[in-house]
Amino acid sequence: MLNRFMQSRLQGLVVLTLILIILPAFLSNPFHYELATQIAILAATVVGLNLLVGFAGQISLGHAGFFGLGAYFSGIATGTYGWPSVPALVAGAIIVGIIAWIVGRPILRLKGHYLSMATLAVGFIIAIILNNERAITGGPDGMPVPAFEVFGWELSPFGTYSLFGLEISGVQAWYMFSSVILLLAVWFALNLIQSPIGRALRSVKGSEVAASVVGVDTAKYKSLVFVISAIYASLMGGLYAHFQGFITPAIASFEFSILFITMVVLGGMGSTFGVILGAVVLKLLPQVLADFQDLEHVMFGLILMLTMIFMPKGLLPTLTAAVSKRIRKKTGGEA
Amino acid sequence: MTALVEVKGLDKAFGGVHAVEGVSFSVEAGQVYSVIGPNGAGKTTLFNLITGLYTPTKGEIRLNGESTAKLEPNQLAERGMCRTFQQMQICMNMTAIENVMLGRHLQLKSNLFTTLFRLPSLRHNEEAARKRAAELMEYVGCGDYLGAEASAMSYGALKRLEIARALAAEPKVILLDEPAAGLNAVETAALEELIRKIAQQGITVMLVEHDMKLVMGISDRLLVLNYGRVLAEGTPEEIRQNPDVIAAYLGG
Amino acid sequence: MLAEFLQYLFTGVTIGATYALIALGFTLIYNASHVINFAQGEFLMIGGMATVSLTAMGVPMVIAIVLAITLAGVLGIALQRFAIAPAKQADVVTLIIITIGASIFIRGIAQLVWGKEYHVMQNFSSDEPIRVFGAVLNSQSLWVLGIGAVVVVALVLFFTKTLIGKAILATSMNKEAARLVGIRTQMVLMLAFMVSALLGSVAGIVVAPITFTSYDIGIILGLKGFVAAAIGGLGSGVGAVVGGLALGIVEAMAAGYISSDYKDAVAFSMILLVLFFMPRGLFGAKVVERV
Repeated sequence: MLNRFMQSRLQGLVVLTLILIILPAFLSNPFHYELATQIAILAATVVGLNLLVGFAGQISLGHAGFFGLGAYFSGIATGTYGWPSVPALVAGAIIVGIIAWIVGRPILRLKGHYLSMATLAVGFIIAIILNNERAITGGPDGMPVPAFEVFGWELSPFGTYSLFGLEISGVQAWYMFSSVILLLAVWFALNLIQSPIGRALRSVKGSEVAASVVGVDTAKYKSLVFVISAIYASLMGGLYAHFQGFITPAIASFEFSILFITMVVLGGMGSTFGVILGAVVLKLLPQVLADFQDLEHVMFGLILMLTMIFMPKGLLPTLTAAVSKRIRKKTGGEA
Repeated sequence: MTALVEVKGLDKAFGGVHAVEGVSFSVEAGQVYSVIGPNGAGKTTLFNLITGLYTPTKGEIRLNGESTAKLEPNQLAERGMCRTFQQMQICMNMTAIENVMLGRHLQLKSNLFTTLFRLPSLRHNEEAARKRAAELMEYVGCGDYLGAEASAMSYGALKRLEIARALAAEPKVILLDEPAAGLNAVETAALEELIRKIAQQGITVMLVEHDMKLVMGISDRLLVLNYGRVLAEGTPEEIRQNPDVIAAYLGG
Repeated sequence: MLAEFLQYLFTGVTIGATYALIALGFTLIYNASHVINFAQGEFLMIGGMATVSLTAMGVPMVIAIVLAITLAGVLGIALQRFAIAPAKQADVVTLIIITIGASIFIRGIAQLVWGKEYHVMQNFSSDEPIRVFGAVLNSQSLWVLGIGAVVVVALVLFFTKTLIGKAILATSMNKEAARLVGIRTQMVLMLAFMVSALLGSVAGIVVAPITFTSYDIGIILGLKGFVAAAIGGLGSGVGAVVGGLALGIVEAMAAGYISSDYKDAVAFSMILLVLFFMPRGLFGAKVVERV
């Protein structure tokens, strides 16, 4: 029941919208808004990654590479060359999409661990380039990125804005902006999944042979979803760069790739709302664990292991299954 | 009249072992054509070759006169060939009806733009596809599972679901690999009825099957394989009287 | 010219032998359980760090090494028993995340115990370098190669001559069948993880005097080992050794002749190149998909 509800298109989107509207009541300072904005951007990224991993069943351990490329493209185009933000984002997404298509074709023939190795390698190579091309990227020290602007109107975390006569801070404005972006990202993802293209993608995970004998060009669809997920990452990387105002190659690193894939797996592969929960948990957990200081990493590793051992399907699918089981017990019905 | 499926001198070797060796036959449109033989005779390998999952070591396969040598399975599907599997290939990450709708893939031309914005044309096509899929599920006899997850279905129902998926692609020829395996007598009878219905629609049926009663009852022609080679070919009557077949297979 | 080339070659073969040992560890676990163990690098780190800290406490080196290897072995068994075994039906990706969780956990503990600093380990024998045609060969390199060779020979003997080794091979080929003939597969899996951990720690110890060691050294060395294993073809012992040596040599040559900034990029470009043309690595098993 509940499972169905969470999976059905509009209900889930409505719930998410409500949460995003109500959430500010619990955000008491700029740091909270900053965290919430970061989570929204990262969540939108993994919603895209989940299309590849959760629905099409293809592993990527290098997605931070695309996220980083998008971020650096935006940063360099707007900062160094004075482009407006939106064309920079779009151009970055197109270029990253093309790169993903070029590397994706040969890579996606690989299966299982070879695919994870290859995607890991692509991510690593991107990170190494960003680290080493100091003249363009600023190297390991990173580079500043100008504020996001649309038609001369600047959206900076440090500004103040008025909305319908209400005065709001820059981080609040960013929170709203990123919330809308997240909702759009989810809406597109849901539309994609529940379509002929989405079925073709899922069939690649379900049974590649079955897909091919009913006419699905599996290679084409794998490339397509790889490109789409890379474009998601690129766009979100660009927004992230503008929001942070400063980027370093760490956002393209292997660790960041692992963070992304962990959000997907921990939240629930193949569950669009699950991976958002994954992003929330993995971004907040270090904040909570920071109180443990030296024990932070030990705790983090332990929690990660235990969750995956006892909830291999991920948080949201496991929780919804548990809740609907309980409801079924209470009502006593079979369905 | 040219044959719909024509196989000439087909050879497939794994390492040094010939799973299929020098096999030739042809299937006319509208026939029910069965391939029989003991376990390990190369029947499934033959199907995998015809549907493009394996590449032949030697020999040629023609579909409607066109050589299939350079065609991928999905391109063969575009040309009207569809199949089921001995070890069922069902997408367990989807609902039952979505599995059948997957079979409509080639009929549903959609682009990314209409998909991302879920434009009315897409919704309309999806509804039509869902309706057709539901009809097919009724047709093959899994109407009870219209709202079910594929993972919640029984073995027999999944076998029929796979046939519905293949039919959804509107094939000219459908290859069924041991559809009766694991079914009880009642289910087998229903299956026989279903195959007859499919054949009456004008779809050519190729069948790999162990159930001799089923095969002899519905086939127009049979191919008997033994150790990868053709032992006999002909009508059920001819096969029944063929001394080689009796010695090697039916009699044994 | 020759001196320069030899110098790079020595460096490459030395680090390559280390990669080979790590890759063998990956291969062993992969063969037994089809898991890629992203915590493999932590065995290395444990080996090196434990040896350094024990010798610093005044334990004679030989005993320190034995203790460090034992510690890693116990850790390997624990990893299999408490993290991998309970997650029986987990997805490939889920298992990857579990081993990553394990590596973060182990690294966290190492950081608690040993801090974040780099630690220096002394050479096994004289610090006096050996000169060959103008190139300098660190005496420790000979130890790395020698011990690497001994380990490889020991592994071959283990798998071909001992019952336990054969049991591991049988389990890797067909777990169900192995169980039917009376092999306790859970024991075998634990054993595979243990042997793999031993290999890792040996690699970590022999290479520590050359690279120094710290709590986070396992990440990159572990990944390089994975690259080496994939180049050779996952599951192939010969592949692991060849892949490791090839990776080490190519990396050293690229660092010397092209650019040391892009040294790590070379490893990852190399694996991509290999996989483009040989999707299962150099010696990977060919499989026919059965449908």
